[in-house]
Amino acid sequence: MSSMMLVAPLDVQNWTYIFVGITFAIYIGIAIWSRASSTKEFYVAGGGVSPLANGMATAADWMSAASFISMAGIISFAGYDGAVYLMGWTGGYVLLALLLAPYLRKFGKFTVPDFIGDRYYSKTARLVAVFCALLVSFTYVAGQMRGVGIVFSRFLEVDINTGVIIGMIIVLFYAVLGGMKGITYTQVAQYCVLIFAFMVPAIFISIQMTGNPIPQLGFGGKLADGSGTYLLDKLDGLSTELGFTEYTEGSKSLIDVFAITLALMVGTAGLPHVIVRFFTVKRVKDARKSAGIALLLIAILYTTAPAVAVFARTNMIETVSNQPYSGVPEWFKKWETTGLITFTDKNNDGRIQYVADASKNELVVDRDIMVLANPEIANLPGWVIALVAAGGLAAALSTAAGLLLVISASVSHDLIKKVIKPSISEKGELVAARLSAVGAVCVAGYFGIHPPGFVAAVVALAFGLAAASFFPAIILGVFYKRMNKEGAIAGMVVGITSMLLYMIKYKLGWFDDVVPDKSAWWFGISPEGFGTVAMILNFVVSITIMKFTPAPPEEVQDIVENIRIPSGAGEATH
Amino acid sequence: MTKSNAKAYWKENIRYVLILLLVWFLVSYGAGIIFKDVLNNIKLGGFKLGFWFAQQGSMYVFVILIFVYVRLMNKLDKKYGYDE
Repeated sequence: MSSMMLVAPLDVQNWTYIFVGITFAIYIGIAIWSRASSTKEFYVAGGGVSPLANGMATAADWMSAASFISMAGIISFAGYDGAVYLMGWTGGYVLLALLLAPYLRKFGKFTVPDFIGDRYYSKTARLVAVFCALLVSFTYVAGQMRGVGIVFSRFLEVDINTGVIIGMIIVLFYAVLGGMKGITYTQVAQYCVLIFAFMVPAIFISIQMTGNPIPQLGFGGKLADGSGTYLLDKLDGLSTELGFTEYTEGSKSLIDVFAITLALMVGTAGLPHVIVRFFTVKRVKDARKSAGIALLLIAILYTTAPAVAVFARTNMIETVSNQPYSGVPEWFKKWETTGLITFTDKNNDGRIQYVADASKNELVVDRDIMVLANPEIANLPGWVIALVAAGGLAAALSTAAGLLLVISASVSHDLIKKVIKPSISEKGELVAARLSAVGAVCVAGYFGIHPPGFVAAVVALAFGLAAASFFPAIILGVFYKRMNKEGAIAGMVVGITSMLLYMIKYKLGWFDDVVPDKSAWWFGISPEGFGTVAMILNFVVSITIMKFTPAPPEEVQDIVENIRIPSGAGEATH
Repeated sequence: MTKSNAKAYWKENIRYVLILLLVWFLVSYGAGIIFKDVLNNIKLGGFKLGFWFAQQGSMYVFVILIFVYVRLMNKLDKKYGYDE
């Protein structure tokens, strides 16, 4: 393998420039081709997207920097516990397909606050929904911009801030010009780039380590070295030897695993940038089908990620554990310069001790770099490494664009058109939509340059917020005709407030100047899992308040009966 | 379309959804979380079964569930004349 790298005419950095250059040119080309000329095109891509294109776009929209860059890395450090992300971020699609997408498509408006505002016949409900949508989307978009910065700084060796600004300009270009229409077709291209970039190195490494080209089977297979040992048994052995928990066992409590998984699933189903994708198809049956296609395309990456995690973990331990620091490979040195790998020779023996005991451990590896470093750790050719960089960017940019659209639609449609200035013309609203998109990109860029901690950790909290607010309001809106505005508003306010307070107290530690210990968690549930509790609170409060307040008006009850019938969906309208 | 037609359609829809969600719950929260330790005594190649459900099997079932739902609902739409 090393000889292959020597004879390669281009180095990793040049390959990266080529791949990133080509993919960016494609995105810009699509943006110019698919300019939006009406608000309908800007918000829902004109409403005529095919189920396959929508499935691909949803998958790219969905798979963020967190899925592409961070998830396999987190799993490789968390072992079994990583399942919360795998099940959580896929299982939500079942809820989405069975409980939400068809009905919201039939309802046929532009945004999630549209549904909340009309179904609960109230401006207050709409405003609460706008607030929740903005909070969720901004929390989430911060993580994407940070992902863009990491990729740029490591692979193109530019400053993280410059990387973020380049990313902002690209997103600005196609989100502002094309709106949902531009975003949809760029996301189709981005899905192809990111899935190819994720699978190629995974397949290479699977063959290298287990002789099986299918990573999903490879990581349950025997090692290719002829020892007859199963890969997972070997990793369990290595882990316990170094003092870690067995890889396949995990260390979170059962109730916390349960709560986090549920919060992520329900949060997925309640995320406005995912829900709004189902407004872009023609018929209700297309909405159901595209949810299936989206999950299938997502599952290709999600079932590969745990395999990549096992390969990367095993490879990393074998490459560095107890090896002399003077002989570390080049990738190790390169990542050290970014500060994402640090080595302190505590016992001065010149060797790297990587163990669970924090007082003896000498190596700290940032979880975010595992996927990016994996091809280098496995000594794959330069173009594969460069491909991963382009894939990471595709994942981050596609999600960022989807979120920016939700933010701009919330401002221009839900705030300006529906509340502040209903008399605004179609043209004026389109200008407002574009300006809000510009504003949103700038705020997102600010978060990218001043990042709030781990990509995936922050994103995980966005799910808690979505689970605590939208999911119950939409479910009750569809399945419970008697649900009224008083109940729904109270539920959303209590849900999102309790989630925010818990997050501020136990995740950020702002109330006590320190982050409280695990033992202080309610019912042993972490901030990431608290979305489940907040969601239950929302349901309980909504139903209780509803019991003591008047039923919704007749015409609203008729709307509910109407959205339950799939035919006659028509096109999305004001 | 009469109101009773819509009611009957809705009832069948709810039944499908409940059955599919039961399977959804059993593979993920059941096999992948609650009964993980018991299932881990069984091995599927190099995988412990509980671990496999948590990191692989549940996701395969999720995909299948949605496509089953799509088929069932397309049939149901036809049966009640809501097809288009």
